[in-house]
Amino acid sequence: MARRVFAISLWPGLIAAALVALLSLGTLAAVALRAESFSALNRFDWLAVRFTLVQAALSAALSVGFAIPAARALARRRFRGRTLLVTLLGAPFILPTIVAILGLTAVFGRSGAVSVLLGWAGFEPISIYGFHGVVLAHVFFNLPLATRLLLQGWGTIPAERFRLAAALQFGPRDLFRHIEIPMLREIVPGALTVIFLICTTSFAVALTFGGGPRATTVELAIYEAFRYDFNLGKASLLALIQVLICVAAALVSLRFGVPQIGQVGLDRTVQRFDAAGIGTRSADAFWMALVSLFLLAPLVAIALRGATGLADLPAPVWEAALRSLLTALGSAALAIVLSLTLALSALRWRWLEGVGMTAIAASPLVMGTGLYIMLFAVTDPANWALLITALVNAAMSLPFILRALGPALATAERDYGRLADSLGMTGRTRLRFVLLPRLGAPLGFSAGLAAALSMGDLGVITLFARPDSATLPLQIYRLMGSYRMDQAMGAALLLLGLSLALFYIFDLWGRRRA
Amino acid sequence: MKPGLILAATLAASAAQAETLTVYAPDYFASEWGPGPAIRDAFEAECGCELEYVTGDLLPRILLEGERTRADVAIGFNSDVMKQARETGLFGPHGLDLSPLTLPIDWDDDIFVPFNWSYTAFVYDNTKIENPPQSFHELVNSEEDWTIAIQDPRTSISGLAMVLWGKEVFGDEAEDAWAKLAPKVTTVTRGWSEAYGLFTDGEVDMVLSYTTSPAYHIIAEEDETKSAALFEEGHYFLVETAAKLGNTDQPELADRFMAFILSPTFQEIIPTANWSYPAALPEDQWPEAFSQLNYPEKAIFLNEDEAAALRDEAIEEWRAAFSQ
Repeated sequence: MARRVFAISLWPGLIAAALVALLSLGTLAAVALRAESFSALNRFDWLAVRFTLVQAALSAALSVGFAIPAARALARRRFRGRTLLVTLLGAPFILPTIVAILGLTAVFGRSGAVSVLLGWAGFEPISIYGFHGVVLAHVFFNLPLATRLLLQGWGTIPAERFRLAAALQFGPRDLFRHIEIPMLREIVPGALTVIFLICTTSFAVALTFGGGPRATTVELAIYEAFRYDFNLGKASLLALIQVLICVAAALVSLRFGVPQIGQVGLDRTVQRFDAAGIGTRSADAFWMALVSLFLLAPLVAIALRGATGLADLPAPVWEAALRSLLTALGSAALAIVLSLTLALSALRWRWLEGVGMTAIAASPLVMGTGLYIMLFAVTDPANWALLITALVNAAMSLPFILRALGPALATAERDYGRLADSLGMTGRTRLRFVLLPRLGAPLGFSAGLAAALSMGDLGVITLFARPDSATLPLQIYRLMGSYRMDQAMGAALLLLGLSLALFYIFDLWGRRRA
Repeated sequence: MKPGLILAATLAASAAQAETLTVYAPDYFASEWGPGPAIRDAFEAECGCELEYVTGDLLPRILLEGERTRADVAIGFNSDVMKQARETGLFGPHGLDLSPLTLPIDWDDDIFVPFNWSYTAFVYDNTKIENPPQSFHELVNSEEDWTIAIQDPRTSISGLAMVLWGKEVFGDEAEDAWAKLAPKVTTVTRGWSEAYGLFTDGEVDMVLSYTTSPAYHIIAEEDETKSAALFEEGHYFLVETAAKLGNTDQPELADRFMAFILSPTFQEIIPTANWSYPAALPEDQWPEAFSQLNYPEKAIFLNEDEAAALRDEAIEEWRAAFSQ
């Protein structure tokens, strides 16, 4: 590929990378420059770093570990409502933290459904609070992402290979070894990295389910430095550690990312000849049931609690919902432009993907503060609240989108690049006729993910918003903060519904095109 | 020349029209369900000006913006952060007569004007707990298997109030006391909302909140199952204040707003919009449910110097005890 004249212009990708770097590292620099002193980290800060790493590593391993059989089962089964199930299974990932916390406690809490069932069976109730609670919550959040990324991976295996495998009389085990493992080797390191990084910046979840200050993450330490001591030096130092953790993890993941050997498929519907046996049937059913129960029960709990409050939501909640929808659509559009240009240029320079990943390591608090400092120098930041929210959320969703888009783009370029070269297709023509048609599914997924993530985000907006420009998650917090728990749960259900609808529509659109 | 004149005239006209007072406030204060909107409407009717809230973390924001801040007035400083706010040198004297104040403590400060106050307390479900603790010592030492949710002092005002309260009650034995309390604490949340949500969901029997929390349930929900446990050692007294920016470009409006804070119009909005005690309203003018509530007999108040001096040590002890 290197000797070929590159067929698509690289500069949009470089601009996108520069923008992302400005948002993640530039904001950190802005905060550091404002710092008056840099105090050293104390023992507690290092304990926070350790806790962060350990819980993130375990959460990532468990999320991906459970996702492999679940995604495999979903990949080789076709049944009515499968699309809907896949969408619903994705829901936890896009839930706002506060909503998820309430959903999880309704199921796994002391007076939750699981404890009640255990009580009937004569067992002690379980406790969700403590280290295992943090990991459980993180698996709840991230198992859906891992499942989707792996499902995407299974989707990239050409149908012909399964035919060939059937012709060679491969059993499920041979198939796994020769076809599925190579795919997993390509997808799993990226999935692990992304989830590890998401968990490193965890804050409210870790605090609520951690049970106490043992569960202090780096992000909490940043918050503390910023909010209580207004020690910008320490906040930026901690944020830098977070970035270093990210860079290390990304390097490790790049090292393990083994490129697949090119094999061109004809995009036929995949027939899984291996899936008929009773053994695989029951195994698949088991995994799908287990994962569905784990992920859907909290959602059902939210729906049950929110249903009553949904009826009498006050007008400002609906206004906020509209504002959130528009912001989410803008965020999705920005995310697609940024990620597509980045991914195209990353075909040539892989390190660009690393730049795209840095957004995930950035502390939302530092990013918001840095942006605030930069904007305040020239204008009133509050006037830009929604645009900033859209942009920051687009940047935050890049790491996930790049994981979904990058491999698909690489595959398309690898499989059809030479053909396109020989036809002299470059620039926009190549993008339109060769690459985009092969990217329908990941693009739809990406737009849906970006939109839904933006819907649920409550990070930067709190730093910028005017009282009358609140988004839906912010309204939920406000309702809770003024004792209106029932209305808050109603608004949470509305948010859940809107996020899911956005995701579903984009995702469906993508797969129709694929 | 002409278009220039028109432009100048328009600018002058809009400047005269848009006398805007910019008030920085915490998010809860200015939200639709906080006291902010009613206070804005009342003040605008009185001053013939416009009042604009800017929300967010009050002190960090003003520290970030420094001299160039657009704020004319900042409202919502807790006594525990007042020292830091004062040391910025950004705030100017209010010049008000503070005699209308009805606080349970003496208040004499030339910069910060209190507008509401509250007592930190453990709120419980009185259908589940029949013999609530009568003292902080009893809460800590009791054999009862109460489950409690509290807030992290590093991220929440009420959490910080609790460790300072404990430090005052237990003194040098604070760390031991926290160690005894820790097994009863189901979880520590980032903010008040999460903890209170766990409580109303029945996840815990008790939650760190305010003595006025039951008033919300009584007035807005006609629910009398929530009570605050009253401790004989006294309750931590939290006061929220407002201050005028020293270099405000709206000094007259800012002064008017500062005076407005102590007026009955403002004060009458506080109890049922902020669910806290008004700072300048005699008790007989409080809403009925507020008078139904039991009151702590003793206020434990730390002034800003005492709070600042104790803060780091109190948090460290709490953290050490809860990390075991």
